[in-house]
Amino acid sequence: MKRLLTILTLLLMLTPVATPLAVEPEEILSDPGLEARARALSKNIRCLVCQNQSIDDSNASLARDLRVIVRERLVAGETDEAILDYLVSRYGEFVLLKPRVTAATYALWYGPWVVLAFGALGAALFLSRRRNVERAAPLDDAEAARVADLLREADADQGQHRDPEARS
Amino acid sequence: MSRLLYLLPLILFLGAAGYFAAPILQGKDPSTLPSAMINKPAPARDLPALIASKPGIDPASLAGDVRLVNFFASWCGPCRVEHPLLMEIAESNAVPLYGINYKDAPGAAVNWLAQLGDPFQRIGRDGDGRAAIEWGVYGVPETYVVDKAGRIQYRHVGPLSREDYQEVILPIVERLREANG
Repeated sequence: MKRLLTILTLLLMLTPVATPLAVEPEEILSDPGLEARARALSKNIRCLVCQNQSIDDSNASLARDLRVIVRERLVAGETDEAILDYLVSRYGEFVLLKPRVTAATYALWYGPWVVLAFGALGAALFLSRRRNVERAAPLDDAEAARVADLLREADADQGQHRDPEARS
Repeated sequence: MSRLLYLLPLILFLGAAGYFAAPILQGKDPSTLPSAMINKPAPARDLPALIASKPGIDPASLAGDVRLVNFFASWCGPCRVEHPLLMEIAESNAVPLYGINYKDAPGAAVNWLAQLGDPFQRIGRDGDGRAAIEWGVYGVPETYVVDKAGRIQYRHVGPLSREDYQEVILPIVERLREANG
């Protein structure tokens, strides 16, 4: 019974909860294609007031104004790129939630790959060194004979030590 | 050599920590954004007058002298905080002040100025907040320094303090006044 309850609770947690829309009915465009583009664009535009919300999520009045501007420009036939360019020209790159690939953001976009490459290089070096150790030169005859001698001595030693223990 | 290699992560960490700690130790507010409009001409938009006896703001009125442009609203608390300083600046005649009334009911704004005093030489009305977006405003009050050519040279976000005015704004105004063009 308890397990059933747990499972039910977990399942409930998985069901998507409809978040209330910040976009207000009167903002929505009649053309569903343009509206879909507006929503997609808005999700990538930062609300400068809340700073960690997109204008699509935010109820701030500036976010509303920006949503309306995005829609007006879409209706006027502007491309997505032109609309983002306009906002960037007013508010800087910070207005984009997904930074563009420019000289200033190379480190951001490619840095992780560089780190990964260094890691791979380190791992490759480590592995190749270990393999070299395994491939150490084989023993020559004299060495092999000496190792055999030493092993024999060790066995004999152990035998002597074992005897007193057996007696006790 | 390989010993030094083991120190590399520590050195990288200290470098990153220093980079992130510096602005915090200098007391910078990370939510204050740099303006993207620096060195760009102030947006060309005719703003109608708020008060009949005082002209509004058009692009031509922003050229010819160094000016402060202040975005304000009667509903904005921090604007009330900085208002006495704006009155002082106006009385000192140090630099002309223009006001842009952001998303305000005209009656409320006129009353507000009647009550607290009117420091502005010109006041433009930005009823729908479009002009503010053109300027890159993201919250009132904001104060801009506009040079003789009508280009934006500095932005201050939030209420202006006497310290901000005397130590940052005034030196910029003086430097721009001396510059030619």
